[in-house]
Amino acid sequence: MENSQLLTYLLFLPLAGSLLLLFIDKNREQLIRWTGLAVSLAAFILSLAVFMQFDGSKAGFQFIHNIVWISNLNVSYHIGVDGISILMVMLTTFLTPITLFSSWGSIKKKVKEFTFFMLLLEVGMLGVFVSLDLFLFYIFWEAMLIPMYFIIGIWGGEKRIYASVKFFIYTMFGSLLMLIAIIWLGIYAAKFTGSFTTNLLELYKIGPAVPQEVQQWMFLAFLLSFAIKVPLFPFHTWLPDAHVQAPTSGSVILAGVLLKMGTYGILRFCLPLFPQSAMKFAPFVSVLAVIGIIYGALVAMVQKDMKKLVAYSSVSHLGFVVLGIFALTTEAIQGSVIQMVNHGLSTGALFLLVGMIYDRTHTREIAKYGGIAKIVPLYSVALMIASLSSMGLPGLNGFVGEFLILLGSFKSPVLNSWGFTIFAASGVIFAAVYLLWMYQRVVFGEVKHENLLALKDLTKKEILVLVPIFIFIIWIGIYPGTFLKLSEKSTNTIIQQVSVPSFDIRPVAGK
Amino acid sequence: MQNHIQDIYNILPLILVGAGVFLSVVIEITSEKSDKVLPWFSVLVLLAASAYSLFSLNNTGTVYNNMLAYGGNVGIFNFLFTLAAALTVLSSMEYIKKYGSYFGEYYILILSSVLGMMMMAGAKDLFMVFIGLEQMSICFYVLAGINRKKSSANEASLKYFLLGSFATGFIVYGIALIFGTSHTTNIDTIITNFGMLTHNILFVAGMLLFLIGFSFKIAAFPFHMWVPDVYQGSATTVSGLMSTGGKAAAFSVLIIALGAVFPGSAANVFRPYFAAIATFSMLYGSIVAISQSNLKRMLAYSSIAHAGYMAIGLAAGNNESVAGIMFYLIAYTFMNLGAFGIIAMIEGENDSRLELDDYIGLSQRHPVLAALMALFMFSLSGLPPFAGFFGKYYVFISAIKADMTWLAILGVLSSVISVYFYIRVIVYMYFRDPEPAALPVHNNSKGVLAVIISALLVIGFGLFPGTLIDLITSYLR
Repeated sequence: MENSQLLTYLLFLPLAGSLLLLFIDKNREQLIRWTGLAVSLAAFILSLAVFMQFDGSKAGFQFIHNIVWISNLNVSYHIGVDGISILMVMLTTFLTPITLFSSWGSIKKKVKEFTFFMLLLEVGMLGVFVSLDLFLFYIFWEAMLIPMYFIIGIWGGEKRIYASVKFFIYTMFGSLLMLIAIIWLGIYAAKFTGSFTTNLLELYKIGPAVPQEVQQWMFLAFLLSFAIKVPLFPFHTWLPDAHVQAPTSGSVILAGVLLKMGTYGILRFCLPLFPQSAMKFAPFVSVLAVIGIIYGALVAMVQKDMKKLVAYSSVSHLGFVVLGIFALTTEAIQGSVIQMVNHGLSTGALFLLVGMIYDRTHTREIAKYGGIAKIVPLYSVALMIASLSSMGLPGLNGFVGEFLILLGSFKSPVLNSWGFTIFAASGVIFAAVYLLWMYQRVVFGEVKHENLLALKDLTKKEILVLVPIFIFIIWIGIYPGTFLKLSEKSTNTIIQQVSVPSFDIRPVAGK
Repeated sequence: MQNHIQDIYNILPLILVGAGVFLSVVIEITSEKSDKVLPWFSVLVLLAASAYSLFSLNNTGTVYNNMLAYGGNVGIFNFLFTLAAALTVLSSMEYIKKYGSYFGEYYILILSSVLGMMMMAGAKDLFMVFIGLEQMSICFYVLAGINRKKSSANEASLKYFLLGSFATGFIVYGIALIFGTSHTTNIDTIITNFGMLTHNILFVAGMLLFLIGFSFKIAAFPFHMWVPDVYQGSATTVSGLMSTGGKAAAFSVLIIALGAVFPGSAANVFRPYFAAIATFSMLYGSIVAISQSNLKRMLAYSSIAHAGYMAIGLAAGNNESVAGIMFYLIAYTFMNLGAFGIIAMIEGENDSRLELDDYIGLSQRHPVLAALMALFMFSLSGLPPFAGFFGKYYVFISAIKADMTWLAILGVLSSVISVYFYIRVIVYMYFRDPEPAALPVHNNSKGVLAVIISALLVIGFGLFPGTLIDLITSYLR
């Protein structure tokens, strides 16, 4: 198997799987479930093969595959991975089989459609992370909305219609402005290279040369689209709705991977394409990030619904990631990248756990629980691990990321103020407050309702779902080097691109 | 003599369709089973013309004293008109019988209107434009009211006729002024002297009248008043053809009339006009469509918005925009035909089952229809990887290249608004729980076939837009 093909196989395997599903009778639910799981596991194994062959000691993209797609517009099917995207790819292929497996108990209607959309979603997410052509990226970015829209809308909670429509329109608004910026950039590139292009590697050289007064608008167009996806305060309002209404598996994918597309986009596109504007707006965006950290945490604290609490905690946690990115130091961006993975794991686990208990009691209200420690000890332990990981306890994954981000932002020459770090750090404390407080109210104390006594502990299947996540939570917590090493070179490349933008291009004569 | 025979070969698609019209009349008069023969005969004629147009694209030139062009982009338009009409006929077969509007004239009129469209697309002379336009429009006036027992159809027909004649009046006055000032009706000559002619206020007035008349035909704001009522009142399949073939034909004239294809022609003097039309059509169409609960009306307003997106290309007026508009028209034709095709299948008698509420739970009862409808809605809202997205993409590129980024941004905003009503259809089909009463959709394999062909084209042009856009641009000089 040739190197460059591997990524393409990975990308289209879930697509092939989803098409295969169309030929299976919708009543053979067991077969459908197994097919979905098998396909997504195969994708995971394939991504492991990529991971094994990936050389972390090299900067730049590997497994590059480039073929012309729309010759007239100079658009190519151009994909590849670097140290940052490979982590995102792994996160996606890792979480997809887990969510599919975990949905076996909770998704009972339209199993075929559900599996179909989940696999399509995986294609979209992988595509976003491996695209090296802005146009291709945009296609995946937008196409991904369709399956997610259906997942929230069909299998969601009571207000699913409102939530799904809001999610759709909100995200589409942001991305369409990005489309204009992409076109503008492509046309601007024509002045230098002679032809319209959306090739990311070429645009890396052209973006910095765009006059500042125009560049900042393009930067903002890109940023808006990513900020909505992240979601950065104050563009976060779609998220609690979508999260709460989505089915468990939808929430896991939404928090685990989809939100990362926003932060990934900032790292991959906003910073290197428009470095001067990124520097200029860094303090401004960081202020929003810090507001998000504190605001998300405070709102999470007063939630009565467990799922909402986890949803708002995402706003807070993603604030850290954005802060880290715009601190523009190696530590901070490294921290952000690892925190993107961490958040996927911890929040994914939390959503799964909330979903598991919801399936048993059909309520997510914290007040309806209490004292379940003795009734369901395994569940309580699992919830503790996930909560501690989410709040960043040393020894677990969250700590590594948050520590690096705080350290990096403290040293950041771009932000150049302790304020960011101090305020952000308070978010860590708040996180401990709301998570521990939730944990205490749910698990400890007296049993509030008699029906809780009949609660069943985690099944083998559920343990099977959670254990792989916990392995990584602990692995990253104890030995983050495995993952940090991967992204180090790519991080340095990005920082270099931002701090020393290269202008070594000249207009083509006569253009 | 040899030359004339060659000319006939060159414009064979028109001849085929024209002969088809006459033969249809003969069949209708003589055959007892004309209701079975006629539709298939029409499909055959249309597909033959369609195939011929497609395979003779490289054979370009003009015939009859430079009156009519063939091949190249004209051929692509002819291909589009005939294929769209063929799909419409397929969708119509069950529909018009079921809802009491079966008359043999139906197919004859469709063929005849297609002939008009082809004359418009190929026109090299203002008279040719006019004859083609009237040929198409008169057929449409009749088609709109073909179900004469239905009051809404009568209203549609009359409204379309009165307002359409009014627009024709504008066009005729325009042509008169253009002829008076330029002393010719030959489009090429006018375009060559365009820069000089624009100094003459009467010429500009003539052009404006001409453009206003065509703005009516493409259903652009503020000349859109007829659209919702006519689309709603006409037979659904007819609305489908009017909104796609009719619109494409009118745009084909606007593209020619602009002379945008020809390098060295004067800068786009009518840019402000088209920019205004584009802006208001997009925003008005999208905003008003939100409040519609009748699907046909919703698509009618959305068709106003789509005319607006395409008018962005007219305002930009560069090579990209011509390719963009053509791509957009092709994409729009198939997604809209598909959507109208599905509506026709679900529609009940006397304009029933056209409301959004009637689509509740469609995904449960008719999963394939629902999935296809969802596909068309996503494509209409401009979501990749469907053809509708690329239409918008190309038009936006042309606007940005022409330094009209603001127009592209307005287009984007209007797209976001339009997403709301398109995905609302999906909400009804998929997210609402089905009502107990089953939705009777009669067995309509031909209609399903037409819709599936449209869907395949929408997906195909979405995944491989390059092939089509390369084809279009290869004929732009």
